[in-house]
Amino acid sequence: MTRALALAALLLACSACTRDVDSATEANARGSTGHPVDGDTFIRPLIGNISGLIPNITSDANSHEVGGLLYNGLVTFDRDQRPIGDLAESWQQSGDCRQLTFKLRHGVQWHDGHPFTADDVAFTYRTMIDPKTPTAYKDDFEAIERLETPDPYTVRITYAQPHARSLMSWGMEILPRHLLEPWVRKGKLREAPQNWNQPVGTGPYKLSQMWPGEKLVLVANTDYFEGPPHLSRVVFRVIPSQATVFLELKAKGLDSAPLSGGLTALQYARQTDYPAFRKDYHKYRYPSNSYTYLGFNLKNPLFADRRVRQAIALAIDKKALIEGVVLGLAREATGPYKPGSWQYNASVTTYPFDQARARALLAEAGWKETNADGVLVRDGKPFAFELLTNQGNDERKKIAEIVQASLREVGIAVEIRVIEWASLLKEYIKKRHFDADILGWNIAPDPDQFPIWHSSRMGPDDLNTVSYANPEVDALLERGRQTCVQAERKRYYDRFQEILAEDQPYVFLYFRDALPVVSSRVRGVLPGSAGIDYNFHDWWVPRSEQRYTSE
Amino acid sequence: MLLYTVRRLLLAAPLLIGITFVAFVVIHLAPGDPTALQQSDPEGRWSSQTIKMLNEMYGLDQPLPVQYWRWLTRLVRLDFGRSFSQDGRPVLQKIRERLPITLLLNLIEMIIILALAIPIGVLSATRQYSVFDKITTVFVFAGFATPDFWLAQLVMLLFSVGLGWLPLSGLRDVNAEYFSYWRQQWDFASHLILPIGVVVFGGLAGFSRYMRQSMLEVVRQDYVQSARAKGLAEKVVIGKHALRNALMPVVTILGLSLPGLVGGSVIIEWIFAIPGMGQLMVQAAFERDYPVLMGNLVIVATLTLLANLASDIAYGVVDPRIRLGGRRMRRGGCEGLPGRVRQESPRRDRRVHRARARRHRRAGARARPWKPRSS
Repeated sequence: MTRALALAALLLACSACTRDVDSATEANARGSTGHPVDGDTFIRPLIGNISGLIPNITSDANSHEVGGLLYNGLVTFDRDQRPIGDLAESWQQSGDCRQLTFKLRHGVQWHDGHPFTADDVAFTYRTMIDPKTPTAYKDDFEAIERLETPDPYTVRITYAQPHARSLMSWGMEILPRHLLEPWVRKGKLREAPQNWNQPVGTGPYKLSQMWPGEKLVLVANTDYFEGPPHLSRVVFRVIPSQATVFLELKAKGLDSAPLSGGLTALQYARQTDYPAFRKDYHKYRYPSNSYTYLGFNLKNPLFADRRVRQAIALAIDKKALIEGVVLGLAREATGPYKPGSWQYNASVTTYPFDQARARALLAEAGWKETNADGVLVRDGKPFAFELLTNQGNDERKKIAEIVQASLREVGIAVEIRVIEWASLLKEYIKKRHFDADILGWNIAPDPDQFPIWHSSRMGPDDLNTVSYANPEVDALLERGRQTCVQAERKRYYDRFQEILAEDQPYVFLYFRDALPVVSSRVRGVLPGSAGIDYNFHDWWVPRSEQRYTSE
Repeated sequence: MLLYTVRRLLLAAPLLIGITFVAFVVIHLAPGDPTALQQSDPEGRWSSQTIKMLNEMYGLDQPLPVQYWRWLTRLVRLDFGRSFSQDGRPVLQKIRERLPITLLLNLIEMIIILALAIPIGVLSATRQYSVFDKITTVFVFAGFATPDFWLAQLVMLLFSVGLGWLPLSGLRDVNAEYFSYWRQQWDFASHLILPIGVVVFGGLAGFSRYMRQSMLEVVRQDYVQSARAKGLAEKVVIGKHALRNALMPVVTILGLSLPGLVGGSVIIEWIFAIPGMGQLMVQAAFERDYPVLMGNLVIVATLTLLANLASDIAYGVVDPRIRLGGRRMRRGGCEGLPGRVRQESPRRDRRVHRARARRHRRAGARARPWKPRSS
């Protein structure tokens, strides 16, 4: 069952890329048959400066993009987001999901030549749970009851309770004990030179130069345990403006758009469709891991009635919205999981565009009369609310405008407010001073959505910002995170999606497509549900096409 | 003069403290807090203990006056604190990384602008309503009116993508470390051409119009006529007698634009991917990185105060009457006429010059101050 689903996911992902870029698949086919050679430099953009090179204590995408090439976890994910061994050779999970035993690889070295052992794993664990470590990723490690290292290449972990995310959480980067221990003890890990310009990891690349705010130069780690990566040098250039990234691509100053997000829909669909660009770059398209939603503050009496929320979902033409906002380069969302992933439930209630039904539902909920402006009125009060979103995101602003126009048709008056991110978070979202908002989430490969939907997570610092509380969902989320048997979890999360679809605490809008481009001289690029750069160290350039050969 | 300088410097200290206090309060009153922003990564799950720990680490759990006092006592030891962003690096180090390039760019821009604007202003004043005057008027106003982000992209498209003559963005080629020394220098310089060009084009209008206006007024003065009557060559009349006097208002503006040298142009840095002060400050503002914002503020406030002082002193250099005035003041004091002579102080003189500059804005030849930087 699960395998069939995973396969379906794969097919969906692939049909997406082939449909859009025939040349890309062709090149990949060539790539997989040719013989990889080493050499060349790959130039990637970063949209902002990094904030540190110890990914465990940074939470911005830029730092993680670089850090991902410098470190390894015990496990990593393959193309279909299935866990595979990284620093761990193999693992065993006990039937009750409480025990996890990793066998580590032998002969792995840190960039400074120091051998990697189970000691480093234990140290990473201690670092993560240290109250003085400023990290966002404590949760999974605090669930651990005991971590033992019977020998230098074995790590045995016991969880207090069955912990579904246990295996996945060991994708966390492992840190070198011999260098960082004093910094952790002082509670000053951020100030360690390893967090800035002297990172030491086990990963396929080493940092060679750092020009703050300008660029980072990484060179291949010739002692990498899987063999050195083929691209011998990687340059990350900090280019904050998307327009400049695009011009640099045109001028062949970059070898790819940002690999996490890629081009904008407009650039992808309209501005790159000329022969020279198609010759120099391959365009890729696959569903990204982030979705955009319209969320209701359920504490607001306007939205307390489920029928009202369903009516709003019906009144919005999602297809037209996707066409208008991202030129159709997105997939309709029906819940918080990506269409095609194993946890996705395709048979939930959907809300196809139907304004007549929307009006009927609103009438059922008591919104029958309209005032002189054509706005629905109940008990003398008009149906009017404020829709908030953050500044600097054009997509969301456009969505807000489309939602405003659509709801106007069924008699709901919407006022849009676009607010700077920091103020929006602190003054409106955290204090729950909002009626409705348009925001988005990035989703992890694991389906656990406890922090976003569980009724215990409605505090000001928590993520259940719409104050959603449903006892059945609470129970499902609790059970779902306490078992590691995928079939069982699938049952819980399927039901969870059905309830969400009925309740519509969010109108789930769409999963935007990631639209990266990569220089056509690079081979071995195989996007999957894990994204595009999961196998970056396998990318290579045929000798005859190498552009930067100065060594 | 020395006494005067020392007194002004001493007066500046309480002023600076006042400025920082007001700024500190205003910055902290703005909504949003640094720790909340670090939680905005949805895959991260900050526990409330971690948030509390961060707030304690940053000292944000203390009342505002305590926070200010701590900041101030650190400042007098020249410790600007550590950034609130996740790199936690010293503020001074972050500013030191960004300041040189911004300073370099702004200095070059200012020098080129002056080198072009003064001759343009003088020539269009001496040939008022000539073809040259009309063409430059159109040209500098076109520069003034063109949005720099738009112009920047146009020149990037033309010179980098289209013709391939100049590098598009950044400061160095990605392979610059393999270049020879001179090639590295040229590589660096060539990266600066487009951003400087865009800024200069936009900034010419202010100074050249100022210069033209001031010159127009001076050439009508009696002493210029008497210089001509003496039979001096026109070159000497304009270049020596008129120009020196016409430069006075320009010096005022120049002094006031000195603090702007450390504030990068956000849009230019953004588009050309130049890691300067503008980018640092915008990021700090978005992240509510209070120590970095305050660090920058102290530097700009100090420079503003110093620049004010410097432009007062510069008057003395440009205008001998002020120097004499200073001497007379001392002598006048002995003669028991302090009240009247004190009016000759440089400060009064500067006021007069500013007022004169204001009066000179006439129809068709409106003088503009140094073009405000877009931010």
